[in-house]
Amino acid sequence: MIEVRNVSKWYGDFQVLKDCSATVSKGEVVVVCGPSGSGKSTLIKTINALESFHQGEILVDGTSVGAAGTDLPQLRSRVGMVFQHFELFPHLSVMQNLTLAQRRVLRRSEEEAAQKAELLLLRVGLLSHCDKYPGQLSGGQQQRVAIARALCMDPVVMLFDEPTSALDPEMVGEVLDVMTSLAQDGMTMMCVTHEMGFARKVGDRVVFMDAGVVVDDLPVEQFFEGRAKSGRASAFLSQVAH
Amino acid sequence: MEYSFDWGTLARGWPYLAQGMAMTLFLVAVAMVAGILLGTLLAIARVFGPKPVQVATAGYVNLFRSVPLILTIFWFYFLLPPVLRMATGDPNLTVGGIYSAIAAFTLAESAYYCEIMRAGIGSVRNGQMHAALALGLTRWSALRYVVLPQAFRNMTPSLINQTVALLKDTSLVYVISLNDFLGAATRLAQRDGRLVEMYLFVAAVYLGLCSLGVWLVNFLQKRRTQAGVRSFS
Repeated sequence: MIEVRNVSKWYGDFQVLKDCSATVSKGEVVVVCGPSGSGKSTLIKTINALESFHQGEILVDGTSVGAAGTDLPQLRSRVGMVFQHFELFPHLSVMQNLTLAQRRVLRRSEEEAAQKAELLLLRVGLLSHCDKYPGQLSGGQQQRVAIARALCMDPVVMLFDEPTSALDPEMVGEVLDVMTSLAQDGMTMMCVTHEMGFARKVGDRVVFMDAGVVVDDLPVEQFFEGRAKSGRASAFLSQVAH
Repeated sequence: MEYSFDWGTLARGWPYLAQGMAMTLFLVAVAMVAGILLGTLLAIARVFGPKPVQVATAGYVNLFRSVPLILTIFWFYFLLPPVLRMATGDPNLTVGGIYSAIAAFTLAESAYYCEIMRAGIGSVRNGQMHAALALGLTRWSALRYVVLPQAFRNMTPSLINQTVALLKDTSLVYVISLNDFLGAATRLAQRDGRLVEMYLFVAAVYLGLCSLGVWLVNFLQKRRTQAGVRSFS
């Protein structure tokens, strides 16, 4: 579904991504972790071209992301993305947040878009909040709305960029529950997260990054059994898993 | 020696003053709407355009902000007709004071509105554009439905302030003999020799209109702080 091949990226002289490769097969949940500043967020944002890259190739469902003629809006409409800071549109109601792209990008009718939105709000348990504005919701609720908004587009893969790291601790669970149920329904997912409990429970593979390099790419069991090649991964694990 | 006030001029001349006020409000309305539209397009070009476009827009903005408004009005009144006559080859072409004034105000104000909208676009978090793009919206749709509405809302107080300044600036059209509110008042006052009364009245009216704008700004800011604080955690 996603193939990242030897991707490199520079900010001026500083190389943020060094020859990174990773794959996410259909139905797989891949967790990307590593210390902050290791390039995880940058890597995940190259996949839907929110960040450019200078070398290598990225294929999403057979489409080359970096190629000149790629219809990026079309590609992005099939790749759901959830951000650290939710990024709901504060001037639009929850319902409008969910229908905007359905109407403008997928050209769905107002009725069809609203039906889809209601279905997904029900799924994340927030249907009763559909007329509220993002500012009236808690962080956890906002993030669940953001997940529903991405799902409205019927994505073939979902990208999560540290979806719980801006949340108060008591709200992390509700967001992880939604993500877990998504994974159990067979959604293809790539998650940048420090939630190792989530990784262990629903993850298939763990990609460990450090200083712009993909250091390890292992099945979840092996990663948690401490079979990571580098000492850095185990040092990271001992810091994160209290 | 005591000055004896005589407000009769006002009582008799109000239809003429109303005509002047209509002209003033017409100029404000047209220059505001056209200025904000053009200013917003300029701001988009200045923020998102390719480098040469950014430089050209910055040049435009600096030009109109550095030139005294009265000079811009003169340019459009005295220079534009000959230029247009040369360009079209029509020796009888005239532009008319009101069109020159509209052109001058729109272009000059658009430079100020551009800077306000540029700040407004900058006030919207980068992640909003990212989120809109990630949903598959084109850059243009993302601007139109996500970034600009927020920019506009954040900048409403500044836009109103600028429009209040524009209201006062329209009085400059007396230099090209347009009959705006101040011009009408001046003519009446000079005819009847009642400058003091008339200019007191004119000042009161401008004060009233500008206070309305200030009140609107305060009202909107209060509403924003009540409703908008929790939009981001």
